[in-house]
Amino acid sequence: MLGILRQKVGAGSSSAMILGQSMQRIRPTTSALRAFSSSAKEMTVRDALNSALDEEMSADPKVFLMGEEVGEYQGAYKISKGLLDKYGPDRVLDTPITEAGFTGIGVGAAYYGLKPVVEFMTFNFSMQAIDHIINSAAKSNYMSAGQINVPIVFRGPNGAAAGVGAQHSQCYAAWYAAVPGLKVLSPYSSEDARGLLKAAIRDPDPVVFLENELLYGESFPVSAEVLDSSFCLPIGKAKIEKEGKDVTITAFSKMVGYALQAAEILAKEGISAEVINLRSIRPLDRNTINASVRKTNRLVTVEEGFPQHGVGAEICTSVVEDSFGYLDAPVERIAGADVPMPYAANLERLAVPQVEDIVRAAKRACYRSASLAASA
Amino acid sequence: MSFSATNLAQPLQLNTATPRSNDKPSLLLPKTSSFLGSTRNFRPTSLSANPSHSNAHRRSAVVAVSEAVKEKKLHASTNLLITKEEGLELYEDMVLGRSFEDMCAQMYYRGKMFGFVHLYNGQEAVSTGFIKLTKKEDSVVSTYRDHVHSLSKGVPAREVMSELFGKATGCCRGQGGSMHMFSKEYNVLGGFAFIGEGIPVATGAAFSSRYRREVLKQADCDHVTLAFFGDGTANNGQFFECLNMAALWKLPIVFVVENNLWAIGMSHLRATSDPEIWKKGPAFGMPGVHVDGMDVLKVREVAKEAIGRARRGEGPTLVECETYRFRGHSLADPDELRDPAEKAHYAARDPITALKKYILENNLATEQELKAIHKKIDELVEDAVEFADESPLPPRSQLLENVFADPKGFGIGPDGSYRCEDPKFTQGTAHV
Repeated sequence: MLGILRQKVGAGSSSAMILGQSMQRIRPTTSALRAFSSSAKEMTVRDALNSALDEEMSADPKVFLMGEEVGEYQGAYKISKGLLDKYGPDRVLDTPITEAGFTGIGVGAAYYGLKPVVEFMTFNFSMQAIDHIINSAAKSNYMSAGQINVPIVFRGPNGAAAGVGAQHSQCYAAWYAAVPGLKVLSPYSSEDARGLLKAAIRDPDPVVFLENELLYGESFPVSAEVLDSSFCLPIGKAKIEKEGKDVTITAFSKMVGYALQAAEILAKEGISAEVINLRSIRPLDRNTINASVRKTNRLVTVEEGFPQHGVGAEICTSVVEDSFGYLDAPVERIAGADVPMPYAANLERLAVPQVEDIVRAAKRACYRSASLAASA
Repeated sequence: MSFSATNLAQPLQLNTATPRSNDKPSLLLPKTSSFLGSTRNFRPTSLSANPSHSNAHRRSAVVAVSEAVKEKKLHASTNLLITKEEGLELYEDMVLGRSFEDMCAQMYYRGKMFGFVHLYNGQEAVSTGFIKLTKKEDSVVSTYRDHVHSLSKGVPAREVMSELFGKATGCCRGQGGSMHMFSKEYNVLGGFAFIGEGIPVATGAAFSSRYRREVLKQADCDHVTLAFFGDGTANNGQFFECLNMAALWKLPIVFVVENNLWAIGMSHLRATSDPEIWKKGPAFGMPGVHVDGMDVLKVREVAKEAIGRARRGEGPTLVECETYRFRGHSLADPDELRDPAEKAHYAARDPITALKKYILENNLATEQELKAIHKKIDELVEDAVEFADESPLPPRSQLLENVFADPKGFGIGPDGSYRCEDPKFTQGTAHV
């Protein structure tokens, strides 16, 4: 009862607080910009996400953030730091621990043209709300024959974390990418995080935005263009992170970093690898992937998720369909092990792709594995 | 705050025994009689043991108005509950609901519609009693039993019938179907096919009304959302999650339980620990009301209060309408588990017959005028069928449309390639 009373008091005073916050909201976005550009040319993924949210909320009062611990606590991973102070409790909404309920509420709000950003503390918890992501958000535009669109973003950390066991370590890219009506984005760098999140919020359709907990603290160089508040990346376009001519490596999220490391190792051995950062899992940029494979004639796909029916399987199919005649070697697919994530650190390491796995696969594709190297 | 029609009731303490020991046997022996409301007296409730002891969080008593309204009707015949125009509007809407659904059954058996078709016969008083009090801007979120809610909200019968026929002229161009009626124009936000699924979406619609008023400063946004769902949903977690958040955030929503006493073949009494669903309102700090869902005037009285309360920004209300479906769960349900005596009991309480009786007894309209309504509706429904039958099927090209609001969309384009490869798919500023 006491708890309820306390909440009631908070709700009662909220209308008075709104006035104060609306004043703050008028503050120009450029102030945030200057802070970033004056500091350095590096930015963490966390700051990239935070600044993207901040700028989009500032630009459009219809954008609001909701989720568990996003307000007073500033986000379980501090992605929403400072937003409550700036936009107030009506736009940075602390919800009860009720994924099905608040995700559905987000969808209902989006029916009316608001632009909710729903944060899942981790995407593992989106399982409690998957009905609303798929049945309510993804299908409404189609079921209503275009009368009701759902401009909503579902975002949060996805994929293998460290030492948290089977239920908290899983990649949902392939799951959501299987659903028509959803757009699925997965950023790697700070540039990706800023450009894709801003694109997702501006998009008129439901977007599943898969971040990675282990990347939040990583810094990446960012250009002045990226720091501009109008910066936005196209949905459905991959980025060639590193050009090469011998083998194509596709990856997304944290695995892009691994692929780049693998490419460095391969370069020392005389193999020039082209690394494609998918950025968008759905729609999949078949053009970029196929153009690259037609150039290198070899393909290695990398993902953290389970192998069967995974993102790699889809990429492989697209290449078989479009560029079969160009392949000089079987496609290599690197994925997480086909097991629930183990807890023990040594087993956990074995369950997710490592840089050396990528190196080995690329060498196999180039017929340069140790045993064959001599004869080649 | 209080329900005007409830002023005859004495607020009672929740923790005292309510005077309904005579109802106990029916709870234990479900088949012996109707189990809720119809034989019951007041259902007063209050979170506050002492109503005069004011507390920001506590609410004053809210009770079932069914008996109160009945009292009014009996003793104040000069003070009628409705005008002639209102009476005829309600009557016409209920007759439309009934005739439309009867026609659906015919068309289903003739193979004109397919899949699951859930009919609303018997429950018309709920849809009519509530929805006829809404504005066009108010929203309705329904379940798989959604045809009649759409009709009451104003969606033309032609469009609903055509949707059921799977034709391009349907309200969703044949892409929604029986369980998924949407109308942006009339603010029908969908039939939802899963139990409990519509409640969060409805709560979200109510959330956006509040957001518009308080954050976007659209002072005139007083839109109310009605969430319709059944007794089975009241056992689903999403119901509780949303009662909590709606009360917590004082959202303009009315949760309307259409308690028709049965799932498919599972009795409400076998599914629910405490079958009185209205009681769950006070548990979350909102009024809970029980009303006879077979009496459109009583439903309307309760609806008026609940909708008004939501519109004034005073928060949500949970209304349990005790009703009954006259047909099986869907047209595929042989309906063998419900007791024929129970069915007969409710058939005798047909809401359309009851309203007709009220109208005639109070000289609100003549037999002729009511007959004219039946004739008009018969023609309307016939016309809807003809329209649907003659309408074209959706063209092949429609298959890939409307997956996204994004004008470019994606999927497979006319040339067989992925549409997402279209330039400027969702444009960014960066050069990739």
